Amino acid sequence: MSATVELRHGGYLDSVALMQVSRDVAAVPGVGSALVAMATELNVDLARGMGFTVPAEAGPNDMLVALETEDPAARAAALDELEAALRRVSQSPAGVGASAEAPPLTTGAAARRLAADGPGVALVSTPGRYAFTEAVDALDAGLHVMVFSDNVPLEQEVALKEYAATLGGGLVMGPDCGTAVLGGVGLGFANVVRPGPVGIVAASGTGAQHLMCLLDGAGVGVSHCLGVGGRDLSGPVGARSTLRALDLLAADPDTQVIVLVSKPPAAEVARRVEAHARGLSTPVVLALLGPEEADLTRVAHRVVDAAGASWAEPEESSGSLDHGRPGGMLRGLFAGGTLCDETMLLAAPVLGEIRSNVPLRPEWALPDPATSLGHTVLDLGDDRLTAGRPHPMIDQSLRVARISQEVADPLCGVLLLDVVLGHGATADPAAELVAAVEEAVTAGVPVVVSLVGTRDDPQDRARQRAMLHAAGAAVHASNSAATRAALDLLARE
Amino acid sequence: MPVDQPSAAAASPLPGEGPGPGPGLGTPAGVVTAGVQLLSDAVRDQGVPTLEVPWRPPAGHADALATVMGDPRRRGANARAVAAMLSAGATLVDVRSAREALGLGDGELLHAGPPVDWARASGPLRGAFIGALLLEGWADSPEHAERLLETPGRIRWEPCHHRGAVGPMAGVISPSMWVFELRDDEHATTSWCSLNEGLGKVLRYGAYGPEVIDRLRWMGEVLGPLLATAVRATTERSGPIDVKAIMAQMLQMGDEGHNRNRAGTLMFLREVLPALIDSGRPSAEVAEAVRFIAGNDHFFLNLGMPACKLQTAAAAGIDGSTVVTVMARNGTDFGIQVSGTGDRWFTAPANTPDGLFLGGYGPEDANPDIGDSAITETAGIGGFAMAAAPAIVRFVGGSVPDALATSRRMYDLTLGENPALPLPILEFRGAPTAIDATAVVRSGVLPQINTGMAGRVAGTGQVGAGLVTPPMECFTEAVRALADAVPPS
Repeated sequence: MSATVELRHGGYLDSVALMQVSRDVAAVPGVGSALVAMATELNVDLARGMGFTVPAEAGPNDMLVALETEDPAARAAALDELEAALRRVSQSPAGVGASAEAPPLTTGAAARRLAADGPGVALVSTPGRYAFTEAVDALDAGLHVMVFSDNVPLEQEVALKEYAATLGGGLVMGPDCGTAVLGGVGLGFANVVRPGPVGIVAASGTGAQHLMCLLDGAGVGVSHCLGVGGRDLSGPVGARSTLRALDLLAADPDTQVIVLVSKPPAAEVARRVEAHARGLSTPVVLALLGPEEADLTRVAHRVVDAAGASWAEPEESSGSLDHGRPGGMLRGLFAGGTLCDETMLLAAPVLGEIRSNVPLRPEWALPDPATSLGHTVLDLGDDRLTAGRPHPMIDQSLRVARISQEVADPLCGVLLLDVVLGHGATADPAAELVAAVEEAVTAGVPVVVSLVGTRDDPQDRARQRAMLHAAGAAVHASNSAATRAALDLLARE
Repeated sequence: MPVDQPSAAAASPLPGEGPGPGPGLGTPAGVVTAGVQLLSDAVRDQGVPTLEVPWRPPAGHADALATVMGDPRRRGANARAVAAMLSAGATLVDVRSAREALGLGDGELLHAGPPVDWARASGPLRGAFIGALLLEGWADSPEHAERLLETPGRIRWEPCHHRGAVGPMAGVISPSMWVFELRDDEHATTSWCSLNEGLGKVLRYGAYGPEVIDRLRWMGEVLGPLLATAVRATTERSGPIDVKAIMAQMLQMGDEGHNRNRAGTLMFLREVLPALIDSGRPSAEVAEAVRFIAGNDHFFLNLGMPACKLQTAAAAGIDGSTVVTVMARNGTDFGIQVSGTGDRWFTAPANTPDGLFLGGYGPEDANPDIGDSAITETAGIGGFAMAAAPAIVRFVGGSVPDALATSRRMYDLTLGENPALPLPILEFRGAPTAIDATAVVRSGVLPQINTGMAGRVAGTGQVGAGLVTPPMECFTEAVRALADAVPPS
């Protein structure tokens, strides 16, 4: 090893930069030790401590270079590296201050970045047990929040809506809410609807989608659609979001008619909601879907009347078969929970017992949802059936397999499906389904489809309808009409 | 005092002030998404500005976190904590001996970080304790000092923070050491810090050789009294020295107030220099003191730290607040305190900094993180103000954009911005202030701390400097304790 000590004048660099240079030079093979530093008292002492002899004239404005190297080649390499390292630390990297903004670390941090641009909304779709925290953060930042997540503990839903009420700020949509449209912006599963006078408050995702599509089909637009979550009108939650959503729509200048879509709520909650609705200056159409009022299409008709527009019957086309497979039963395979309910409510008075994974009566539950029994109508979006596979709104493969299974079952007489279009839904559902539909029709099983969508949905509704029709399916824009059509086919076996 | 006032950026809205009557309905200006990518894409495909949060499950106890987030007191409590931090002042009111100022008696010592006993004390802390015993004359050799220190009850020590004081690195304060005394008149609180010894072989890095003790003796006998005279005279002539105002300026001059204090040191010297010259002390003594201060780029650190302590102490003890009020290390453990649980410590083993090394030292020589100086980050400077001192990122081979990115990232962990401490390169945005413990556990991103590195072996001194983060466990445990403190609804 031999030592090299140099003093360089007129080149000042801060100690931090020089520590980096020292490190780089010391890393050169054949270098025992290296110190590159301004020759302050401390650094001169350091160099002496490392065994170097430092010239007496060294001062704090001199750069001290002290190297211990194995041989001349290593020394040369070390000095080359020194020059390179000095250049690196002296050069300003490109784009100082222009680096792209990093993603926000939290929902609240993101909301603060939006704050400058006007009102915002947060869409939370984390696993359920974490959704509360994100939603509170969004509310704190003054945002409305849509909680798409399912499996949010009930007590956290209550606490979240209580929190929002105390804050008096943003609206909580959801949890387990698939659908919202705010001023034309769709969140979750949402259709592209024309702007208009109807404000929707919905405790049901596909119910809200079907209603807005029916309104759009009748030429009546939607101001906002606020999904409040399937449990909002239950006793424990007490319609907290529903009441707030009604107030927001009543205060909204674009909304002239409000419609509330829900399953029949707990009696005490129903009274509170009805009283609240009566107190609003904007008329409220209550659509409490149950045995008394099962038909979303009739609700749409009432809303269109209330909006002062004229009703037009939803489009429909018949399929290539005019009767059900002899001896067969109704088999409904739904992606949308509310559409599944509507079909069961409309069909039960005609058919009697309908087996389901989401039965109208507990005793009609299917022992094994993987196997149909008699008349069976399934919600294929139910967690127990998806079991880690994509929801049928996003991917049809689960349903395609089930269609084949039903066709192979001689007890299957008519197949009834929903196909839901809009943002968030699969890009070309008809393409995924046509082979299965053809297979069914070829086997003598008529297929009836309720096609829930608008002319402006990204999937191109006309094309979807044409493909399904070409495959032999009857296609209806109304789910109740589709259900009745299926019942007719079954009766004409 | 003759300092320029920084141009204050507009204060950001505080949590608790908004959102008032709440947003109405309308087309959203933007959508924040957290969770499923497909849903985020579906919004973006509509041409709506979308801000995607790279969400991941929070660290620690999800249910405790939810309890804290749902605490109805949290918002208001945090708003009060931020307001208290922003309104805190810091003026240098005196320089006194620790015996007098802190009431330290014989056999009593203060140290950095959370409490620690001799058995678990790190090398540099042990070295500083030994040095303090030699300085005080309680022991006549290092071996003697060690014997006293390991004998229970002979020497008593507790964290500086327990007395409202702070100390860099080992942070050891003994009765005969002189301390800066800073006052926050707004909240009627006082904080103290020792005088900075310089770099290299110094007590705070665990060195206790004769040159260390001699220097400390000179600081106690000459420097301390001289500074006391100068500070009192300066105060009498032109009012108290505003340390917070110097901090504001140093951030505009390339300092971040933790690892770089060069501008702050010179501005402090500018304040007291006339009074030093006019002190009536022999000119050689004055010159020696001035040379010492001017030659120690970290001299101001020991003024900035108590100023930061005053700021964070103002936010302490607010029920329901999740604001971090202390981050401190003793070389073994990292400890934090959060406002809502008062002076309770949440500790975990300290990390070892990542950085560059002096001379022939390497990573194996470095002790784990040590010192109360992370109070600077707790107050929003130091690592949080990296954007003000881009040179600091080179400690870890970073770049200027890294420095900017670090400060920007810290805004997402904090609840407020301090208009009194603007960062010029971020368009004079105020320093990111008031770390929210819930934001740390939720994002998984830890506060960024700039630090010096002490040698692992007692007596070594400084071996390098670099960057470090606290252990996440401090924050998850703090959140759990905050949850336990939420009254049942």
